[in-house]
Amino acid sequence: MSLLFDAVLCLLLLLGALGVVATGAARPAVIAFIGYGLLLGLAWVRLDAVDVALTEIAIGSGISGVVLLHCVRALPAPPRAPAAHPMLRPLAAAIAVAIAAALALAVLALPEPAPTRAADVAAALPATDLGNPVTGVLLVFRALDTLLEKVVLFLSLVGVWALSRDPACRGRPAPLSPEPAPAPSAFLARVLAPIGVLVGLYLLWAGADHPGGAFQSGAVLAAMGLLLVMGDQIRVPAAGNRSLRLLMLAGPFGFLAVGFAGWATAGVFLGYPPGAEKAVIIAVEVAITLSIAVTLALIVLGPPADEGRS
Amino acid sequence: MAMSLIADAFTLVFVAAGIAFFAAGTLGLVRLPQTLSRIHALTKADNVGLALVVLGLLPQAGNIFDAAKMVAIWLLAQLASGAVAQVMAEAVIAEARDGADASPPEESRP
Repeated sequence: MSLLFDAVLCLLLLLGALGVVATGAARPAVIAFIGYGLLLGLAWVRLDAVDVALTEIAIGSGISGVVLLHCVRALPAPPRAPAAHPMLRPLAAAIAVAIAAALALAVLALPEPAPTRAADVAAALPATDLGNPVTGVLLVFRALDTLLEKVVLFLSLVGVWALSRDPACRGRPAPLSPEPAPAPSAFLARVLAPIGVLVGLYLLWAGADHPGGAFQSGAVLAAMGLLLVMGDQIRVPAAGNRSLRLLMLAGPFGFLAVGFAGWATAGVFLGYPPGAEKAVIIAVEVAITLSIAVTLALIVLGPPADEGRS
Repeated sequence: MAMSLIADAFTLVFVAAGIAFFAAGTLGLVRLPQTLSRIHALTKADNVGLALVVLGLLPQAGNIFDAAKMVAIWLLAQLASGAVAQVMAEAVIAEARDGADASPPEESRP
């Protein structure tokens, strides 16, 4: 029965992927991509990777989907391009099939059982005081990757802001939805946002021992912020706001500071002070969650407008 | 034994009914001619479908908290889909009005 379900899910994933590339127009492709991300989240649940499923649905499908839709709306209609070289499409298809075949071969060639360090993680996890091995890997065993990921996220916001006409990026981003907000939007924001903020904070707190964590929590909090903006409950913040910028920097630079402090307290970069690991890990998680939430919301809102026009 | 049999039968009947409502809503989304009627079909039928699926799964819940979570999911989905349907409908109406405003001036110009 579950084999049938998995087979249908795989088939739907393939059809979804095909749908994304076959629609031809930008907007339907983005909408197909959002649906595809939801199906992919279901596949991760089937593989017992609930942390990945949450991230895929919240970031891969939700936030990325909104950013892509926003981009499609901002782009001018594409000019009628001259017909591409007739060999271009078959060539692209051949390369894509070759890459897929090579990946399939690589997966099939893995020794049985596949090489894994899961046993090492399980053996070392008690020392961290964490119950969720994914959080252990993200914040302890591979903390450097997580630190770099925060820097990448920060750089992507810098990339978005680089599109602003104002070199100092002080203004407010353009509103996402028509103003004034329709009454149902305001109602939804008032009723759903408190519940969503609670869910976001719970995901952060539960992340130590259960699926969840900084990225999932940050994405939910960012979505609630955007909901409040779209429902006219809060104003779009000005990009030059000092506390906003401090919140953006708290995660990457707080994490980096903990990393350097590791040399003094534990004798190694990104080491946690012995005895206080859990407390420091939670402090780092809170800081990066706030930064993720603010950064993701600002990426969705887009580049700040000119100071003169806002 | 008899209790679990009754519970399983209850689940089968209600989940099957829920799937039928989802199928009807999807059919409406694909086949109905206007955006407004599509939104109507989708939100109404899916809300009932989700309610029936949740109701059907309640006897299978391990404890009262799991059951409460499922009911909470249905209520949140109901809230979100109802409000989003209204927002989308208002956008459709505003777009149609703007379109109607934009076209006449060419004939009415003196």
